[in-house]
Parts: sequence; C-alpha cells; structure tokens
Amino acid sequence: MTADPALNRREFLARCTRAGLSAAAAAALGIGFYDAKGPDGVSDTGAALRIPDFSLAPLQGRICIARGTDRARAVGQAFAALGGMGAFVKPGERVLLKVNAAFASPPSLGATSHPDLVAAVVRLCRDAGASRVIVTDNPINDPASCFALTGIDAAARQAGAEVVLPRESLFAPYSVDGGRLIRDWPVLYTPLARVDRVIGMAPVKDHHRSGASMALKNWYGLLGGRRNIFHQDIHTIIQELAMMIRPTVVILDGIQTMMTNGPTGGSLSDLKPTGTLIVSTDPVAADAVGATLLGRTAADLAFIAKAQSIGAGTADYRSLDLQEIQT
Amino acid sequence: MKIVTARRISQIFFFLLFLWFCIVSTLGEQWWQLRGWPVSWLMQLDPLVGLGTLLATGTLYAGLVWGLATVILTILLGRFFCGWICPFGALHQAVGWIANRGRKASAMIAANRYHRGQRIKYLILLFLLGAAAGDLLGRLLKAAMASAPLLAGIVVGMLLLGAAFARWQNKSGKRWAAAVVLIALGWSALGLLTEGSRLLAASLQTGLLDPIPLFYRSVNLTLLPLVDGRLVSLSPASRVYPGVFAMGAIFWAAVFLNLRIPRFYCRFVCPLGALFGLLGKNALWRVGQKADGCTACGACDRYCEGACEPSSVIRTPECVMCMNCLAHCRHDVMGYQRSLSAAGEVGVPDIARREFMVSLVSGVAVVPLARLAGMTGAAWNPAVIRPPGALPETAFLQRCIKCGQCMRVCPTNVIHPAGTQAGLEGIWTPMLNFRMGTSGCQQGCIACGNLCPTAAIRPISLDERLGRGDFASRGPIRIGTAFVDRGRCLPWAMDRPCIVCQENCPVSPKAIFTREVYQPVRLGGALVFQAMADNRLLVDGPALPSERFATGDYFVTIDGGDSRPPARIVAIGPGGITLADSPWAETAAAGDRLTLLVRLQRPFVDPAQCIGCGVCEHECPVKGRRAIRVTAENETRQARHRLLL
Repeated sequence: MTADPALNRREFLARCTRAGLSAAAAAALGIGFYDAKGPDGVSDTGAALRIPDFSLAPLQGRICIARGTDRARAVGQAFAALGGMGAFVKPGERVLLKVNAAFASPPSLGATSHPDLVAAVVRLCRDAGASRVIVTDNPINDPASCFALTGIDAAARQAGAEVVLPRESLFAPYSVDGGRLIRDWPVLYTPLARVDRVIGMAPVKDHHRSGASMALKNWYGLLGGRRNIFHQDIHTIIQELAMMIRPTVVILDGIQTMMTNGPTGGSLSDLKPTGTLIVSTDPVAADAVGATLLGRTAADLAFIAKAQSIGAGTADYRSLDLQEIQT
Repeated sequence: MKIVTARRISQIFFFLLFLWFCIVSTLGEQWWQLRGWPVSWLMQLDPLVGLGTLLATGTLYAGLVWGLATVILTILLGRFFCGWICPFGALHQAVGWIANRGRKASAMIAANRYHRGQRIKYLILLFLLGAAAGDLLGRLLKAAMASAPLLAGIVVGMLLLGAAFARWQNKSGKRWAAAVVLIALGWSALGLLTEGSRLLAASLQTGLLDPIPLFYRSVNLTLLPLVDGRLVSLSPASRVYPGVFAMGAIFWAAVFLNLRIPRFYCRFVCPLGALFGLLGKNALWRVGQKADGCTACGACDRYCEGACEPSSVIRTPECVMCMNCLAHCRHDVMGYQRSLSAAGEVGVPDIARREFMVSLVSGVAVVPLARLAGMTGAAWNPAVIRPPGALPETAFLQRCIKCGQCMRVCPTNVIHPAGTQAGLEGIWTPMLNFRMGTSGCQQGCIACGNLCPTAAIRPISLDERLGRGDFASRGPIRIGTAFVDRGRCLPWAMDRPCIVCQENCPVSPKAIFTREVYQPVRLGGALVFQAMADNRLLVDGPALPSERFATGDYFVTIDGGDSRPPARIVAIGPGGITLADSPWAETAAAGDRLTLLVRLQRPFVDPAQCIGCGVCEHECPVKGRRAIRVTAENETRQARHRLLL
C-alpha cells in the first residue's frame, strides 16, 4: 500500500523487533520450562510436616481411675485429683479435643463419646482459660450426621467449643518418622497444627479386629483416605498412631462398656455398666485399665505391647502415680 | 528450481518420512523395525504438543523442545509447517488437487474464497488450550493469594509504569489505573473463590484434533492393520483395536471433505494451523503483491491452498505458504517479500473479542465439569488398566495426546484406545485389554513408555519395571491385580482340572498358587465294591467311560473309616478299573460303597506377587468372560488404589 521506501523500512524494522521479541520470549519459555528427565515415579511429599509433641514432661505417668456413674462429676474429680485442668491447659492455650464420633448413632448406644462428657471437658478447658477448644474427628459415617446424631455437636458448641468437620482441605499427606504404614498418607493435619494441647477422649468398646477400641485406637480418626486398608495390620497401625501423636492427656470412658457387637453396638444389651472413668497422661496405661473392663488383659491386646515398645507409655499402670477415687 | 517444486519435494519427503515412522514402529531389530528410529519426531516438531503439555504440566518434556524450532521459524517465516512439512496437510493437498483437477477456474476461485467459518479453528485452539490451562491458572491465582505483598507490588508497579507512560505520552492514565485495580480485585476475588474448590482442573485434549497425533493415530490404528498382509507384513497376528470406528470415520471425513473444499481440515478445523496463524503475525517475509502490475486475472486465487485471497487484501494468518500464487502469477506480481502486500493485508484472524473469551472460558470450564463424574477420584474405573510406567490418572490426563504410539508399538496388541471407560476426557487414551492380543503385557517389554512423546507413560528402564538393581526396594511395577472368578473357573465351579493361569504366571515365585482338593464326582448312581484282584477293582454301578475317568486326575476311595489316601485310576477296561495300587484288597467287602474323586488344583492369587500383567487372563480357557481377570487394583502408579500394606 505504501510506496514510500522509508515508511516501508520503518514498518519492517518494527516488525523485526516484534518478531525478535516473540522469538526470544518463546525461546525463554521453552528453555525455562525444559525438562530433560520427565516426571518421576515416586512422590513423598509429606516428609516435611511435623506434628508437635503435645505432652507435658512434668506430668508424665499420672493416672486417675474414678469410679462412679456420673460422667461430668467423675471427670471433674479425676482432673482435680491430678492437679486440676489448669495443670494441663494454661490460660490462652488452644486445645484440640479428639472425640470418638465414628458412627451416626445416638449417645444411648455408647458407640461414641458421650455428649455429657464432651461438654464437661470443654467447660473444664474453658474454665482453665483455654482461648479455643476445637472438637474434631474423622468419623466412619457421614461426618455431619455423626456429630449431629451423637449429640456431640450441640453439647460441644453449647459448652463453648468449635466443632471442626473434616473437610478435604484439612488433610495433608504425612509420614511418621520411622513408620512403615503411615507414609505420605492423608492426616487431619491442619487442626493439629493450630493448637497447643491435644486431649483424646474415647469410650471403652469391643472391637472385632483389634480386640478393643479405646484411647490408642481412637487416633485412627485422625487418618484420612481409604484408611481401612490398615485393618490388614491393625496392631501396627495403632502403634504408628501412638508414634505420630503424643497427647497432653487422654480420657477413657468406661462408665458403660460396649462388651459385644463392637465397635458399632446398636443395642442396649451390648452395653454393661462398668462405672469407671480413666484420666491419664499415659494412653497405654489407660488402655491397660480399659482392657480389664472388657474382661480382657493388656496381654490379650497386641497393640498395647506394641505401643509400649516404642515408648508411648506402659501397660503396667500400677507402676505409675496412680490415684483411685470414688465419685 | 521453481519454489513450488521445492515445496512438493519437501512435502513428499515429510509424508514418506511419516509413513516410514509409522511402519517402523514395529518392535524388532530389523532395519525396518523400531531399533532407534526417532518415530515420534514429527510429534515433537509439532509445537501444539509442546505448548499443550507446557500449559498443563508446567514442563516441556525432552524432545518436545523441537517444537521451539518450529515456533521460532514460524515467527520469522510464517506458516511454513502447513505447506511444507505437515504430512496431513500434504495428504489434503494431494487429494484436493486430484479431486478438483477438472473443475472450472471460476468454480475453483469460488471454492478458494475465504469463508467466515475459517475462524472456527482459532476458537477450537482457544478452547483446547483453555482446557489445558486450568492448573496453571490455579497456580497463578494461588500465588497471588499466598503472597499479598507480591500482588500489591505488582499492582503498584503497574500503576507507576502507567503513570510514567501517561506523563510521557501526555495522556490521562485514568483508564489504565482503573483497569489495573479492577483486574487486581477480580484476580483476588477469583483466587478466593477457587481456593480449595474444584473449579479449576487441567486436561490435555489438543490431541483430539491436532493433525500430527490425529494422523499418526489414524494411520497406525485404522489403516496399517487393514493393509497388514503379504506385501506390508508388520505383525504375525492381525491387530485388534476396539472402538476405532469413530477414529477412522473422522479421518476419512477429513479426507473426503477435500472434494468440496480443498484443504478443508487445514482451513476450518486445524488447531495447529490456527496456532501458526497467530504466531506468524510478524513474519519477516510474507506472501503478498508487489506494487503494481496486477490484472486481477484470479490465477492466484484459483490455486490458493489456504483460501487467503492473495488477489486482494491477503489474509496472512490463513496463508499456508503453498507458494502456488507465486508460480501461477503471469505478471510476476506475487512475491515472498519483506514488505507488506501492496494490496493490503489482514494480519490477525477474524475473531471477535466475545468469541475469543467464550472459547477460552468454556475450555477452562469444561474440564471441571467433566471431573464432577469423579473418575479421577473415588469413581475411578478399575477396568482402566494403564500401561506400565503410566503416570497417576490426573497427571496422565495432563499429558496424553492420544497419538496411539503405545498402541501401535505394543508387541502383544493389548494396549487399546479407551472409549468412555476412563471418562469423556479419556477417550482414545491407552488401556489394556488382556482378552485380546497375542499375550498379556510382556514382563520384559518397556516399549510403550519409550515411544510416548509426552511421558504420559514414563520411559522406564527394564530394571525399574522388574524392580531390580536401583529399584529393588520399590519392587516391580504393578499395573493391576488378577482376581479369580470362582463362579466361572473350571476347578472352582465345574470340578474340572485346569490351572492354565498358574502355569503361565510369569513372575517368580508365581503369583498364582494352587491348593489341592479331592471332590466327589457326580455320577448317575452309587458305586459299589465287588472285588479286588491285584490292582484290578471290580465295581457295580454306572458306567465309567475310560476317556473321561482314566485321565490320571480321577481317584477312588472307599467310604467309611479308611484313612488310606485315594487310589488313582490308571486305566478302565473290560476287566475292571486298574488302580495305581491295591489298597482295599484285604479290607473291603462286597457291597461297600466307593466314591469316585477328582483331584483338583484350585488357583489362588497372591496379591503381593501379582503385577497385573494379564498373561493369566489372556490364557484362561474360559474364552468369553475370563475366569481370572485383571483390574487396576493395587497398581503402582496410583497410591490410592493400593490393596495391600
């Protein structure tokens, strides 16, 4: 269109510049993102995350066995006997209460943590000055239904806690140091990373695969993914969970014990009044006491010895600073 | 030499090279077999493969860097690839030339007139790139979310830059400032909305229409298996590729459309051509008219391959550089020159901003919609067994271009194109079907991953496949697990000895083991002991045909109290049943009941040993629906599909 050679030259130079810049940009992109090797076959992304140790050194080896029928009173007096909740939770600290909300069944069936007990412990924490109390679990049935139908949700919130339902984004791939099973496995990590203290709370229940579901087995609820694969080696996974999480204190509720048809139960006839509640900084010892309520011994339950062998506690609870109280 | 002669030589060379690559993608060491031929080179030259995987994965895998050469040459020279290299384009050009030889000049000028529909290819390109870009977009949004100072820095920087520019040009910078702030706000809002959501996902679908993978796949899977015979002898058994009808139909439709409009595919559909059209905007040399001398004779339009209208205002993005206009212009007006066409140029494709946005956004949006089916997650299909070395499913879908190289090279023909088994996104991706082919997935073979141009199937070594050497701690690569269907298995369900599966299991120790049982044989009546002389047994009862019961698998035992093992039947004749020994010669009395037993070895699978190679499934004599079948359970590539601890 333009016959003017000067204009033509100017247009051509401009075009040269644009072409040169585009070529350079393409080359920069191509070389910048060049990958000679291709993708790798393995990924272990969870190695960097760490779950802190929530236990308190001066309180090691304290256990209180409270007898009674009222959960709130029993847990209150048991903590009082151990120096009060204030010994475990300092003002301003954030506490995670890991309940057992595994099944969407009513509290009367005893398959889950009792709402009265949840409420009582949340209040104890709040009274001790806890800035936040988070109640969570990754249950087996639908989470929202579990928390609602077990009564845990209402009880926890009325007592001043937040209930955190397990969403996908709260899990992170995690590897337990020295673990064989929990490698790059989704763990309910985010709530754990946001708190200073962790309290475990579980009912005493018969469990067909592991023999008993108590304080140690309760940590299974921190696992995500298709975790039922671990049932192939249930005692080792409980051991690795004990390696993964060192709680501040655990509360094992044997006011009633699910003797049969565990861990779901489903009938009042599966339950037996056993009138015992254990508060312990040693989860292994708590489970050793719980085993007796089921008419079993610590030796019957392979995971107890396994947890003891990695230093999570001792099955010989009588060797500890043991208090037995009647409430 | 005339330039069109050079172009024809180049086209023929690359077309033959392409055919050669297709033919030599046959596993073997003959010179006409795979050896070291760079059979995916044309795919590597194709920058849409590189760009697509770069968008989807953030990496440019090894040989795909060849595409960079094509890109740079296109930026400098224009769409030379279409006219000079592309074998699919060469095919279209040849077919169009043959089909339209006799047509009148006016008819050809009409057929070669630019059509508005030619902009569709750009929209296709944008759609496909949008579908591949979801992850990248997510990462960019996340970066902005993760670092507020970074975002603020960029915004301030852009505002300062705008202010400086406005002052220099003496213009108001208000519009610029408003745009920067609006984009930053929109970006943050989008970041918040998409965080932790499933609104963004990437899937590489360029291969559906990218001409190079399309041509490879069409020739390798729908043409070569047809001509494979005495003249072209490629594989000992005829190849089977379920579901390739649509693949072939699309190919032939593209070919036959040349009868109406030459290079129909290149003009209307080809996303690679569209990419070149965009890249060549600033080409230093371009086809166009010189200042004067044009008589508007129309010869250039008559032979124009790209329908770019060289006789008037030339549409440069449509020009495939066939150079026919140069050759046919009797007045030497057409040239390949540095200056713009004297008659004017349209330098950019004819697409409206609205069309641009709609194509791009719908491309980005379509993948998350497809992912709602959950097939990359909980709803994964265990029937989709991917080749050894295949990446985890989402990463796989970000790389596979459906070129079919793995299916072509697989020596046993067990890799087949998927239909919708792997979801809509997974159409024509490789999956293994052990019912067909000549055997299962051979343990000693790593051909598919080493041919894959994008590493959707990683180029694994034999050591990695077998779990040897450096890979001993990881164990062999498993692609699935075999399951025995006890309702169909001969020894399990029908009391017939078999265990072909166990014999053929190639791993050591064998993943299939057996447990022995003796089962009573169903007879028409009771078998009663009469007498025993030496090892000859005389019985009363239903006839026992020798060909059925003297096979060595049948035994006799006496009912009640006898702890001796069952005695094997050696022969059955008029003189009675010959046994391997004579256990009851003394103890039995006439009238005692006997039981005929069959000795069965029933197969079991040890999932810790099984690699999912499918040899058992292939060999199972229950030929319809096999009595032992592999599904993707326990495949190495996807940790979530683990079966064992």
